[in-house]
Amino acid sequence: MSHLLEVRDLHARYGNTQVLHGLNLDVAEGQVTALLGANGAGKTTTLRALCQLMVQTTGSITLDGVALNSRNTEQIARLGVGHVPDGRGTFMALSTEENLRLGAFSRASREGLAQDMDKVYGYFPRLRERASQQAGTLSGGEQQMLAIGRALMGRPRLLLLDEPSFGLAPLVVKDIFAIMRRINQEEKVSILLVEQNAKLALDIADTAYLLETGRVVLQGSSADMRSNDAVRRAYLGE
Amino acid sequence: MNELLHQTLSGLATGGIYASVALALVMIYQATQDINFAQGEMAMFSTFVAWMLLEAGLPYWGAFALTVVLSFVLAAAIEFAVIRPMHKAPELSVVVVFIGLLVIFHSLAGWFFGYTIKTFPSPFAADAWYGSSLMSAHEVGAIFVALVMVALLFSFFRFTPLGLALRAAAQNANSSRLVGISVGRMLMLGWGLAGAIGAVAGMMVAPVVFLDPNMMTGVLLYAFAGALIGGIDNPVGAVLGGFIVGVLENLIGTYVVGTELKLSVALVLIVGVLIVRPSGLLGKKIVTRV
Repeated sequence: MSHLLEVRDLHARYGNTQVLHGLNLDVAEGQVTALLGANGAGKTTTLRALCQLMVQTTGSITLDGVALNSRNTEQIARLGVGHVPDGRGTFMALSTEENLRLGAFSRASREGLAQDMDKVYGYFPRLRERASQQAGTLSGGEQQMLAIGRALMGRPRLLLLDEPSFGLAPLVVKDIFAIMRRINQEEKVSILLVEQNAKLALDIADTAYLLETGRVVLQGSSADMRSNDAVRRAYLGE
Repeated sequence: MNELLHQTLSGLATGGIYASVALALVMIYQATQDINFAQGEMAMFSTFVAWMLLEAGLPYWGAFALTVVLSFVLAAAIEFAVIRPMHKAPELSVVVVFIGLLVIFHSLAGWFFGYTIKTFPSPFAADAWYGSSLMSAHEVGAIFVALVMVALLFSFFRFTPLGLALRAAAQNANSSRLVGISVGRMLMLGWGLAGAIGAVAGMMVAPVVFLDPNMMTGVLLYAFAGALIGGIDNPVGAVLGGFIVGVLENLIGTYVVGTELKLSVALVLIVGVLIVRPSGLLGKKIVTRV
């Protein structure tokens, strides 16, 4: 199976604080890969390192053979990496529609923009109802949908999702995860999903990595991970 | 009655100039969330550049266009060389840098061009407008120029992807990078636009107040009051505020406090707005759910 994203010996730090210590990670083309771990394990930092956002990195990161670690954040976005950041990254003072239009900024051409907007509204009908509303007034769930929609507008090949379940009601989370799976299949977008909620993540992921203090301690298919005793005890609460 | 009308219209004309400078302030605020206190002095410097080009024999509109372009480049270069290295500095340090720029441009203008007052031509006919005794052609022209600029800017921010990206970069730099916006370039663009707008304002005010290094000192205060009244984050509001300040300044100066105390009107307005309605007339209150 071909790997869209390959990460080798990735170290990352904020100033003098080292967070990742030699991470190896692959995201297979067309699959959903989950990154599990407790608070402070380095999940968010891994996603930031992939986009060279706020952290200093060493090691190699390649997207379909193209090195990412020598590029800056905006160039990586233009190569087709959609990042749904920690905290959702909403442009609070802009309207919902303007937020979505910004998502298309990384694209080389504006062609098909209206259709893509319709597609996003198709996945998230709530956003259509709120199109002209100031995005800061949207609920947490709506802002999460908006963040995913904004990333989709860039027609990404790889979608990085940082804790999409964070702070949301279980029903909303269920909806969003179902739509993420649809996006993965219908748009042929590969997904790297960071989640604290291991059960949710393993339900939609094909493969998973378990992070502890900046290192991968376990990896395998979702089924293997689910049946692993250590994972069950520490992360699934069984 | 005729006197009142005359004072009001003449206030509108100076208001057009305040509106233009207020627009430049709002431009930089939109792009960087900073108030550029050196905006007035940069505009004054640009006007001297225009004066130099005119002295060198360029036709008015040639000198006008060239000055606008040069001012854009100069302001963008200042962003790159002076402001960008400060991007992690605390707010007060940035304010000090702005004040430093103010003093530098003031002194440079005096050094290069001297402190003697110079006349600066108006592109509009010197005689009264259509035989009316109420407004001069230059006053009408200055208002028109301010309105054209705000229309252009408003359309730029509202309807172009680049304008949207500029607003986005000011609001949330990290999210902007994640959608592929080069935030550094946006800041340079914002500064450049502000420099260009300031240059136009300077060239409009110079025929009225004459050209010297102190030309913009008062204007900046009025413009600041205008920007605050209209809403510091709203180009349309800034222009509206500029006109309001122009008219109030003239009327209160004529009928209430006298011309010597006119400038204090601006200060009273600034304090008043900050107390009563900090977001200004058209400014957006950003609502955030947490």
